[in-house]
Amino acid sequence: MIRLNTPISESDIRALKVGDEVLLSGRVVLSRDMGHKFMVEEKPEWLRPILDEAVIYHCGPVVRKEADGTWSFVSSGPTTSIREEPYQADVLETYRVRGVIGKGGMGAKTSGGLQQVGACYFHATGGAGALIAERIKRVVDVKMLEEFGSPEAFWIVEVEDFPLVVTMDSYGGSLHEEVLAASLANAKALTA
Amino acid sequence: MTECSLTSLEAVEAHSVLPKDWRVDLGDLSSLDLTLSALELIRRATSRLPQDVITALARGRASEAEGSRAANTLGTMLENVELADRHVAPLCQDTGTVIFWVRHPFGASQRALKQQVRQAVVEATNRSWLRPNCVAALSGKNPGNNLDPFKEGHPVIHFEEWERPEVEIDIMLKGGGCENVGGQYRLPDVTLGAGRDLKGVRKCIIDAVVKAQGQGCAPGILGVAIGGDRVTGYEKSKELLMRRLDVANPDPRMDEFEKALVADLNTLGIGPMGYSGHTTVLGVSVEEMFRHPASFYVSISYMCWSSRRMTLRLQNASPAIFE
Repeated sequence: MIRLNTPISESDIRALKVGDEVLLSGRVVLSRDMGHKFMVEEKPEWLRPILDEAVIYHCGPVVRKEADGTWSFVSSGPTTSIREEPYQADVLETYRVRGVIGKGGMGAKTSGGLQQVGACYFHATGGAGALIAERIKRVVDVKMLEEFGSPEAFWIVEVEDFPLVVTMDSYGGSLHEEVLAASLANAKALTA
Repeated sequence: MTECSLTSLEAVEAHSVLPKDWRVDLGDLSSLDLTLSALELIRRATSRLPQDVITALARGRASEAEGSRAANTLGTMLENVELADRHVAPLCQDTGTVIFWVRHPFGASQRALKQQVRQAVVEATNRSWLRPNCVAALSGKNPGNNLDPFKEGHPVIHFEEWERPEVEIDIMLKGGGCENVGGQYRLPDVTLGAGRDLKGVRKCIIDAVVKAQGQGCAPGILGVAIGGDRVTGYEKSKELLMRRLDVANPDPRMDEFEKALVADLNTLGIGPMGYSGHTTVLGVSVEEMFRHPASFYVSISYMCWSSRRMTLRLQNASPAIFE
């Protein structure tokens, strides 16, 4: 098990390979469909210091506003990443993001971005919303909450020991492609 | 962790939103109010995975090599099941499209029941048991209360008047990731080499599972309707996801087909979350329907491993039963 802390350096990322299991601590920024479209179309400057060498998490959480006005996460597992395929590489390059957390994996365009910037795609266990919410220790801030609504807003959080698997590395490796190829061959045998 | 144990039913009852010793009065159906019992149904469905699904996940973990990514991932899923139950927190942040099937005797007002169920959904959203998951299609604008911003399309409520003297409500929380990997095939399909028979149906199902990979949060559960039109086929495929995994298909031929399919699909090597492994599906439920002579649809709904479904039974002067 490899421990990673944000900000993450390029050399830390380049040391990771497909299949590595990682415990991530530090700053994670939640963003999904509306956020990615927005980042690519508007390229807001105010996101730069927030995203630099940090990690983006594809997640629309269930949140609760506490009596003292602070937010807490109730359930926060990953959402399907492939919807961000048109945007992800641009976002990685624009903001020097070191990692993307999601589920299901991403395509060739994102893989190109990971290789160029020095970033990894980390897979979280889909559906493990309650467990992951426990690893989110603090909500630091939230941006675009009014405009996007809570599942789509940029939630900036501190995480501790977020369990992840590297399924796409910074060298073009992809566990998703390996499993797809193997399952296609198995399906062919089944339907022969 | 070797097992997955949920809190006791007493502990669940202790959190109930229903007053202690609550009894439903079905004597006067015109004044029937389901708001609270529907709210309790949502609370339980979102935080407590059905036992048959837990058993299937545990069996899957036992079939995977100790320490493998597949075994670890199934272990994480089971740990999550325990945590959600203990904290009465949503199992998954995607609390899905909220779908109800309400069956009631003659004399109940569907208009009134609909408003009550909608009210329960709004309240469950306020209490963070449901994520506000209903947005306008084009603008993406989220009213924040899980109500359809245009008409009364969400929550989805199907009504049926039946002859039994009781009320039954099924709920299903159908996540978006798994909904996206469902599919509808039209046979014959030249690309798949699938004809209008059970062999052709099997090819469609294998194709759908391969296409889904881990994206529907495998290990999945499949509902497969053979026949119908485009609407009724999909509708049936969803209803089939309400069937418990430990209940056999009453049709022996389909039962055999389902069991062989599960074994075959688990040789594909997709595994939990698509990380590879032997546990790709937990179950398949297939039903044959009518069809138009010119059409032959195979409609497949994919449910994620977090198959949140529950049934509420209300019998006159009896406590609510949640199964």
